[in-house]
Amino acid sequence: MGTFRILLVAIAAAIGGLAALPAAFAQQAGTQFVGVLSYRVGPYGANGAAFFSGFLDYLALVNERDGGINGVKLSWEECETEYNNAKGVECYERLKTRSDSGPTAIHPMSTGITYGLIDKVPGDKIPMMTLGYGRTDATDGRVFPWVFPILSNYWDGATGIVKFIGDKEGGSDKLKGKKIVLLYHDSAYGKEPHPVLEAEAAKLGFELKMIPVPHPGNEQQSQWLQIRQYKPDWVILWGWGVMSATALSTAQKVGFPRDHMVGIWWAGSEIDTQAAGPAAEGYYAASLNLAGKDFPVIKDVEKFVYGKGKGGDAKLVGTVLWNRGFAAGMFTVESVRTAQAKFGKKPMTGEQVRWGIENLNVDQKRLDALGFGTMVPPLKLTCSDHGGSGLVRFQQWENGKWKPASEWMSGDRAMIRKMVEDSAAKYATEKGITAGCLKG
Amino acid sequence: MFYREAGQFKTTYAADQALFPIRQDRHAMIALLAIAFIGVPLFASEYWLTALLIPFLVFALATLGLNILTGYAGQLSLGTAAFMAVGAVAAYNFQLRIPGMPVLLSFVLGGATAALVGIAFGLPSLRIRGFYLAVATLAAQFFIPWLVTKVGWFSNYSASGVISAQPIVILGHAVDTPQKKYLLVLAIVALLALLAKNLVRSRIGRAWMAVRDMDVAAEVIGIRILRTKLTAFAVSSFYCGIAGALYAFAYLGNVEPDGFNLDLSFRILFMVIVGGVGSVLGSFLGAAFITLVPILLEVLLTQGALAFNLNLESGVTSMAQLLVFGALIIFFLIVEPHGLARLWQITKEKLRLWPFPY
Repeated sequence: MGTFRILLVAIAAAIGGLAALPAAFAQQAGTQFVGVLSYRVGPYGANGAAFFSGFLDYLALVNERDGGINGVKLSWEECETEYNNAKGVECYERLKTRSDSGPTAIHPMSTGITYGLIDKVPGDKIPMMTLGYGRTDATDGRVFPWVFPILSNYWDGATGIVKFIGDKEGGSDKLKGKKIVLLYHDSAYGKEPHPVLEAEAAKLGFELKMIPVPHPGNEQQSQWLQIRQYKPDWVILWGWGVMSATALSTAQKVGFPRDHMVGIWWAGSEIDTQAAGPAAEGYYAASLNLAGKDFPVIKDVEKFVYGKGKGGDAKLVGTVLWNRGFAAGMFTVESVRTAQAKFGKKPMTGEQVRWGIENLNVDQKRLDALGFGTMVPPLKLTCSDHGGSGLVRFQQWENGKWKPASEWMSGDRAMIRKMVEDSAAKYATEKGITAGCLKG
Repeated sequence: MFYREAGQFKTTYAADQALFPIRQDRHAMIALLAIAFIGVPLFASEYWLTALLIPFLVFALATLGLNILTGYAGQLSLGTAAFMAVGAVAAYNFQLRIPGMPVLLSFVLGGATAALVGIAFGLPSLRIRGFYLAVATLAAQFFIPWLVTKVGWFSNYSASGVISAQPIVILGHAVDTPQKKYLLVLAIVALLALLAKNLVRSRIGRAWMAVRDMDVAAEVIGIRILRTKLTAFAVSSFYCGIAGALYAFAYLGNVEPDGFNLDLSFRILFMVIVGGVGSVLGSFLGAAFITLVPILLEVLLTQGALAFNLNLESGVTSMAQLLVFGALIIFFLIVEPHGLARLWQITKEKLRLWPFPY
């Protein structure tokens, strides 16, 4: 009888709690509310924590140093997605109603969640920014007006890596007859570069072998035995989370030279290389942004945010992913600022922010003024190009630090553009979308 | 006092065999359906519909499917998510390849395809049972997502293997708002639940239970084991297939085959165990518990932290939520190993005597 009573009370409490669920917290009126779909737990939690700390630190910096964007303060709420698609959708639905002006712009930081939301954002009029991940053909803004795969997309990354390998071999023509392995995370993310790498292999005449690693990728013995038998000249590592570090240490075990391994930017953070220890020495990785603290804006963060005890984890500042999240925050804030120049100095709605992103122009002068310098390349977007520069820069892991190993460079942009348009057109017919630019 | 069947006389066999023989149950069910079909779409917010109720219903359907196989026919399966994937991919391809295909028919065909695949993977069940059968169904769990990603045709050669479900149009009427999607899912789930409730009381259902309780004895009294086990696999996979199609079409819109992974299969198995093995009601209770309670906990923890002015990182509340949720599952399983459905049954028995228990 006793436990039964307790149970009844527990059930009643649960039902009561559920009924109270929609009673959302009213956001402070007059602020620009930012909905943050973050993840800090789960197999990719370490990567997410670094990115989202950077993102939130930038928002805090704008509040603390400038008093908001043109006087409009920023407010935000985090929702933990655990890198899980269904939870991501739940978080999105939860955060989109939190404020009258909507959640500004969504950064899902997960290709899977991006796919889950891609059909929802046009109806809800919420822009989605995917910085270096997500659906590549969304670069064609005439078919995907609400999605912005800014900076560089996966196909830029893949062709950039091929070009980098070509440079190392002494020219792209030297790639003929070479053997390249793509070791990829077996998910939408890992499959994204396949078409463009196949096209590159056909064009440049290298042999391509694609080897999947199942999620989460902490066991790669059989994959590396395959690689050892195949004896490739280069391995492209399309890893994420624990998979990248495991690849590096397994490569060391089977004796594959790490300076012939090139990772995509998600396999190129300190989290990956430090976990691999000395096995990571000499490993190259593409990057969208430079690591390090030698930028004036980071001095500001240390003074205004961490100095006041309002920052995240101080150890993360200056790491690759923290800087990337920090830059994502900057691009979001600059989009709102661009929108405010047209619509007035008040909180911007999703539609207004979308206009702001589409007309975003952060040139080198603006980057210098913001104190970012060369941390990220300049970004200018248009209706038909939601991607931007497409530039990547390579880094090499040496003595426990990422060192730049190339200038900003880009791959075969003409080929990518054509493939993007073809793929977007196919999507448009499948979904019955008429391609075109949205008005203001 | 209120829940008492005294004075309700049954004068026909039909009345005695009714789905809900007690009048109060019948009225409660009608009221519940009326709320679900009329009240909820009128008053529930978009968040409730798209983020809580639609996934709850979809998972309830998948749980029902697994419960038919595991709870009623006694065949342990870890391939639920794979059968959902078959349903989703098949429905997508029927829509894509056959012009003018009605969407509901493609759901049914998706379910039928899943049923065929289920039969194929159910064949070993004649020889192996228990945990060994679970391992055999695990093969389905790894094979099907692999096949779908490997063969580009299934996802219409999408670069990343992601299936983007077509818009739902029924008789020229677009099902595009959360309310309409919810009603569609609710109607399908209610219909299939009614079917399941009747199926388990029928000759087929009794055969399943006979096989579950002791297959040798069942064979002796003339039940054909192979056919019984395979119908259980077929019906179960059909339900899972429809659930998968709804998951893709009415819930997420874009699904990657990778999303139908072992984690999802385990979640659905937990829904069966927490809800009640071998109970239609339990499938709904279990799905509600596993999908809704974590969200509730997270909201309560976040708001509690805000109320007490604790500046917690979102990661901390998530971890706390996982801990509390895990503890809750253990608590429920200790006090009632037969699941939430059994708890409800006990409640009903106590209600009969209330307020004067002896």
